[in-house]
Amino acid sequence: MAIIVHSGTLDKLYPVFMLASTGGSMDMDVHLFFTFWGLNALKKGGMESAKLPGVMSLGTGMMKGKIKSVGVPSLPELLEMTRMTEKVTIYACSTTMAMMDVPKEQLIPEVDEIVGAASFLAIAMDADVQLFI
Amino acid sequence: MIVSDIKIDLELDCKGMFCPMPIVQLKKATKNMKPGQVLRLVATDPGSKRDVPAWADKTGNEILDSREEVKEFMFIIKVN
Repeated sequence: MAIIVHSGTLDKLYPVFMLASTGGSMDMDVHLFFTFWGLNALKKGGMESAKLPGVMSLGTGMMKGKIKSVGVPSLPELLEMTRMTEKVTIYACSTTMAMMDVPKEQLIPEVDEIVGAASFLAIAMDADVQLFI
Repeated sequence: MIVSDIKIDLELDCKGMFCPMPIVQLKKATKNMKPGQVLRLVATDPGSKRDVPAWADKTGNEILDSREEVKEFMFIIKVN
């Protein structure tokens, strides 16, 4: 499974990490390519500060409270679960890093590789599931 | 084989958990089990009714028995 993670908002990052942790648990090779706003999630503290999009961002706290109350893991916890499966690879888009002035040191250590579009396409060509989130 | 005679090596209680947790817990638990060992999973997430068989199908593990009781789903899974 190959996913382009384009969005950095809470509502989009949840499906990404739910699919990644489940896919890894199903022994699928999962490749997550973080680009544009998605890259924010890979910055240190980025996952914790992800908000709902637009005007809904005001309701982020309420949504997080609801997520917690039903026992759904937080994004950092889901990230940890993807690592546990040892099947999920995390890529940061090199161009986005340059565009948004994000040096490697600002990224979380879970980032496996810094790559460009060709690397993602080579992986996506061989993947049965390709998503853009 | 009579299902009630099966020796359960590991009990996995996923009651109260929602997707993706039961599947992640299943992976975590079976990772440390030996081929031929048997796990019993109980979950309350309605999604697990189809999710657990899908997981077993893709990972090559075998569901020996499954039962649905009031708001509970039970699976007996042989690890391969």
